[in-house]
Amino acid sequence: MTDATHSSLLKQDARTVKRNRAEARFKAYGLVAIGIGVLMLMVLLTTIISRGTGAFQQTYLTLDVTLDAAKLDKKGNRNIDDIKKVSTFGYKPLLVNAFETLIATSDITSDLKPKAMSDILSKGAEAQMRDVVLADPTLIGQTVTFDFLASGRVDGYLKGRVTRDSIANDKNINAEQLDLVDQLHAAGALEKKFNLAFITGADSSDARPEAAGFGVSMVGSLAMMLVVLALALPIGVAASIYLEEFAPKNWITDIIEVNISNLAAVPSIVFGILGLAVFINYMHLPNSAPLVGGLVLTLMTLPTIIISTRASLKSVPPSIRDAALGVGASKMQSVFHHVLPLAAPGILTGTIIGLAQALGETAPLLLIGMVGFIATNGPDSIGEGLLSPNSAMPAQIYEWAKRADPAFYERAWGGIIILLVFLITMNFVAVMLRRRFERRW
Amino acid sequence: MRDNTQTLEAHVANKSKISATGVQVYYGDNHAIKDVNVEIEDKTVTAFIGPSGCGKSTFLRCINRMNDTIDVCRVEGDILIDGENIYDPAVDPVQLRAKVGMVFQKPNPFPKSIYDNVAYGPRIHGLARNKSELDEIVERALRRGAIWNEVKDRLHAPGTGLSGGQQQRLCIARAVATEPEVLLMDEPCSALDPIATAQVEELIDELRQSYSVVIVTHSMQQAARVSQRTAFFHLGHLVEFGDTEKIFTTPEDPRTESYITGRIG
Repeated sequence: MTDATHSSLLKQDARTVKRNRAEARFKAYGLVAIGIGVLMLMVLLTTIISRGTGAFQQTYLTLDVTLDAAKLDKKGNRNIDDIKKVSTFGYKPLLVNAFETLIATSDITSDLKPKAMSDILSKGAEAQMRDVVLADPTLIGQTVTFDFLASGRVDGYLKGRVTRDSIANDKNINAEQLDLVDQLHAAGALEKKFNLAFITGADSSDARPEAAGFGVSMVGSLAMMLVVLALALPIGVAASIYLEEFAPKNWITDIIEVNISNLAAVPSIVFGILGLAVFINYMHLPNSAPLVGGLVLTLMTLPTIIISTRASLKSVPPSIRDAALGVGASKMQSVFHHVLPLAAPGILTGTIIGLAQALGETAPLLLIGMVGFIATNGPDSIGEGLLSPNSAMPAQIYEWAKRADPAFYERAWGGIIILLVFLITMNFVAVMLRRRFERRW
Repeated sequence: MRDNTQTLEAHVANKSKISATGVQVYYGDNHAIKDVNVEIEDKTVTAFIGPSGCGKSTFLRCINRMNDTIDVCRVEGDILIDGENIYDPAVDPVQLRAKVGMVFQKPNPFPKSIYDNVAYGPRIHGLARNKSELDEIVERALRRGAIWNEVKDRLHAPGTGLSGGQQQRLCIARAVATEPEVLLMDEPCSALDPIATAQVEELIDELRQSYSVVIVTHSMQQAARVSQRTAFFHLGHLVEFGDTEKIFTTPEDPRTESYITGRIG
C-alpha cells in the first residue's frame, strides 16, 4: 500500500491476482461437485432403466388347445357346477395333447415327452384355461388359441439372463427344452410381447415369477395416498392457519413449533412401530390394511405439510392482511378470502412433496404388515381397498428383491421404474403449480 | 384551491368527531405514546407530523384498533368516536373498522380485479342487495377516489396492474366504499411520485366534504397543503396541536419550531 505511489489500473496488483485465483478455484470446485452429482444420477438412471425395462416385456407362447369335452364335462350336460369340479390338474392333459398336436402338425422336432414340453409354460397355464372355460362353458369341445405365459426360465433365456451354461444344475429347465424354445421362437409361436399384466396384475408365488405384477400394490399405494390426502391436508392446513394467524405467541406455541420441527426429523420406522402399537394392537384395525398404512403415513407427512403451509402463509405480505382488516374484514375473512388463496400454490406444492415422500416410504410399512406375499386380486370397492390386506409399491419392490429367483429381481427394477415415474410426475406437477401460480408483489 | 381559511371559531362550532383522552400505548416495555389528548373534528383534514418513531402512526392505528393485531401492544386511555369509547369491551373492532377506514403507506390492492377490490368491503358488510346496487357502490367509490375515468373500461383487470398512484387511489376508493365516517391515512403519498402525490392530495381535499380525514405525513409541505389542523408529535408526546396555519407560522413550542425549521428530525 505504502509504495503504491501511482498504481496503474491496467496492471493487476498482487492482491487482485490472488483474489481472482481464489474465485476461479471456487468455481472449479463447484463445477466438479455438479459434475459428480450429474454423473451419479446418470449412472443411477442407466442402471435402473437397463435392468428394469425387461420387466415390461414378457415371453408368451401362442398355442391351439382343444378343450376336450370328455375331460372337462364328463356328464355332458354343461352344468357349471360339474365343470367347476374339474380342477386345474384336470386341464394338464389338454396341454399335453396340444403339444402333441403341435409336433405332429408342424416341422418342429423334439425328443422330449409332451409333458416335459409343457413345462416350458408357466405353472399358471392350466388355471388360465380353466378361467376361460368357466367364464364361457360353450367353448368346451372347440379348439381355442391361447397366449400362455412362458416359464420364468424361458423368459430369462429370451432376455439373455438364462444361458445354456447357467442351466447346467437347474432342474426347472434342460437343454432339450431350450432347443424346443429356439424352434418355437424361430417359428414365431414364442414371442416377447408388451407385458400389460406387469402393470395391472397381482404378485405371484415364488414358482411363477413370470406372472408377478405390480398393479395391486399400486392400488394399495393409491388407497394409502387417499387416506393421507384426506387426513393430512385438512389437519395440516388447519393447524398451520391456526398457528400462523391466530395463535398467540407464547411459550406454549413455541414448544408446539419446536416439536413439529422435531417430528419432521423422526425416523419413519418410529412412526411404523407407533402405528403397530396404536392402530393395530390398541384400536384393532386390520393388519396389512392400507387404511393403517395411510394413517401411519399421515402422521409422517403432517409435519412436512404444516411446515410448508406455514412458510407459504408467512410469505403472503402483511400488507394484504392489513388491507383486509382495514376495510372491516374479520380475522377469519382476511385469512380465507385473501391470505389462503395466495398461499394455496405453496400449500399444494408442499402437500404434493409430502405425498411423494409418503409414496416412497417403506420402513413404516414393514411394521404394520404391508410387506410380504400378498397375491390378492385388485379390490372391488374403496372400502375393501382400504381394509383388505395389500402391499404398497416400495414394499412390493423390497419383497421381490429378497426372493431367490432372479426373474423377480428384474421385476423389482421394473417396479422401481414405475415408482420413479410416479414420483417424478408428482414433483413435476408441484413445480408446474409453483410456476403457474407464483405471484409477485 | 386550498381552504385554510377556517377560523378557530369555525372549528369549535364543528362537532368533535374523535376525542382522545389520556392515551398511553406500550409495545411490551416500550412506552410509545405518552398521555395524548386530542380532539379531531368532523369534515376536517387533521395532519399528524413529527420525526420518525415519534408515535404518530401508532396513534393513528389506535383510532381503528389496528394495533389489536400486534400481540405485545397495549393501549390505555379513552378514544371516543361520536361519544362512544372504542376501547369499550363491548365494541367489536371489526365493526369499528368498517366505520373508520384506513389507507396505508404502501398501496396494497388485493391481487384481484379492480372491481373486486372495491366491492370486497361492501360485500362482506352486506351493503348491496344485488348486483346492480353493488355496481353503483363500486362506481360511486371509484368516482370519489378520482380514478373512475381511468379504470371504467377495465374494471375486471387486476388491481395490481395499475401504476403506484392509481393503486393508491384505488385503495382510497376501496376504503370509502364501505361508507366510513372517518378516513385514516398513514403516509399515503410516501411511495408515490410528485404527480401522483398531487392527485392524491387533491383527492384528500375533496374527501373532506364527506369525511373526517386524519393523515400522517413526513412532508411538512404536504401537511401545510392539505390539512386544516396539525398535530406535532415528538418522542411519544403530543407537543402541539392547533390550526395548521398557526403551527407553521407561529408555533408555541420551541420543539415544534425546531422541527418545522429543520433543526430536529
